[in-house]
Amino acid sequence: MDPVLIELTVNGRSRTAENVWAGESLLYLLRERLGLRGSKDACEQGECGSCSVYLDGELVCACLVSAGQADGAEVVTVEGLSDGEALHPIQQAYVSEGAVQCGFCTPGLIVATHCLLDANSDPSDAEIREALAGNLCRCTGYEKIVSAVRLAATETAPG
Amino acid sequence: MDYLRPRTWQDAVALKTENPAAVPINGGTDLMVDLNFARCRPAALLDLSHLDGLKRWGKSNGTVELWAGVTYTDVLEHLGTDLPVLAIASRTVGSPQIRNRGTIGGNLATASPAGDSHPPLLATGATVRVESMRGVRDVPVGSFFTGPKRTVLEPDELIRSVLVPTARGPQQFSKVGTRNAMVIAVVSFALAFDVAGRHVGTGIGSAAPTPIEAAGAAAYLEQELDRGGYWQDYRELPAGIVEGFSERVAAAARPIDDVRGPARYRVHALRVMARRTLRWAWSALATDGSRAH
Repeated sequence: MDPVLIELTVNGRSRTAENVWAGESLLYLLRERLGLRGSKDACEQGECGSCSVYLDGELVCACLVSAGQADGAEVVTVEGLSDGEALHPIQQAYVSEGAVQCGFCTPGLIVATHCLLDANSDPSDAEIREALAGNLCRCTGYEKIVSAVRLAATETAPG
Repeated sequence: MDYLRPRTWQDAVALKTENPAAVPINGGTDLMVDLNFARCRPAALLDLSHLDGLKRWGKSNGTVELWAGVTYTDVLEHLGTDLPVLAIASRTVGSPQIRNRGTIGGNLATASPAGDSHPPLLATGATVRVESMRGVRDVPVGSFFTGPKRTVLEPDELIRSVLVPTARGPQQFSKVGTRNAMVIAVVSFALAFDVAGRHVGTGIGSAAPTPIEAAGAAAYLEQELDRGGYWQDYRELPAGIVEGFSERVAAAARPIDDVRGPARYRVHALRVMARRTLRWAWSALATDGSRAH
């Protein structure tokens, strides 16, 4: 496939990448061409959710979006959620609850949690579990993650 | 190799004729896995995700036309009342991330024997509308699949939409997997009642080279419901009819042993799922019968 020029907005900034193979993933583009390594590369088949990002406002696995499809899109990655060095309240909640061990699943879980709380500021445990069903953690376990989401919901609740 | 990005449906159809080896990509939830693992290197990608108007649906004359870009999330958020069994099945697909991208059109084109939308589309008697420069043709879902990952689509054809009759009675879906999310079905079953038409629709997934109907089971149930006058009062079905139906559903399966489960288990599970979905759907009719008319 002939290399193409990809222009997209990532975390509010216009970015371009030249000589991109259109069949490579948005995840590869973000990590290897744009230097944004927050989104993790684990399963490359949409099973683990560690590469979860927003694509035009929708939660997706970046490994399942082709670079060509991301041309012209607006992408928000985990790097775009924090305010510089200051953690987003959701990130802080994961730290406070100890919902991090190896940390590999955490960026994807942070973005998925952000998407959940954006739509539902006071989710039940069942709603949390369904919303995070596409994000796998292999070490800490899910109890602390669900606790972190509950804490984040109280921290980020409107008013 | 080429990356083709049509802006209109007409352009997409023309590009498919010019580039019959081009592989369409929309949600990417199947194709990107193959690309990531270098299992395929298509001559060209035909990107349908930027088309205006492919992600929409319209209702007319008791039918919902889902254009090929409609996602599982769209179905479960907007079409649960009109297409309940498709919405139930959509909710079992993957995860939110997968449901946001995966499309019904892509599920049809990929033609996995385990495709989650297939049993509901069979049970409801849906029709696939395909298009090429030669014209448009409608293919009943039951004739669309020719084998695992194979369909009647010609190299110059694209799936334009799928036409699904709106619910004419209770519908149910059941799927067995190793967890509640992110599973490929070990086996699945869909059931749809057309109350006014006195018709029973069925669809079995993951238990044959293609999704199949359990036509003998459906005919048996229609006959028993007629003969016993159950359509008149929706009274509780005796165990004999429920068992007769579920035995015939299980008998329709032609499963194989594979990594997800042995054939014997699939047949057993199917019998249980047929029994449960029938009880669920029939009890909804008993509760809601007057409204269903």
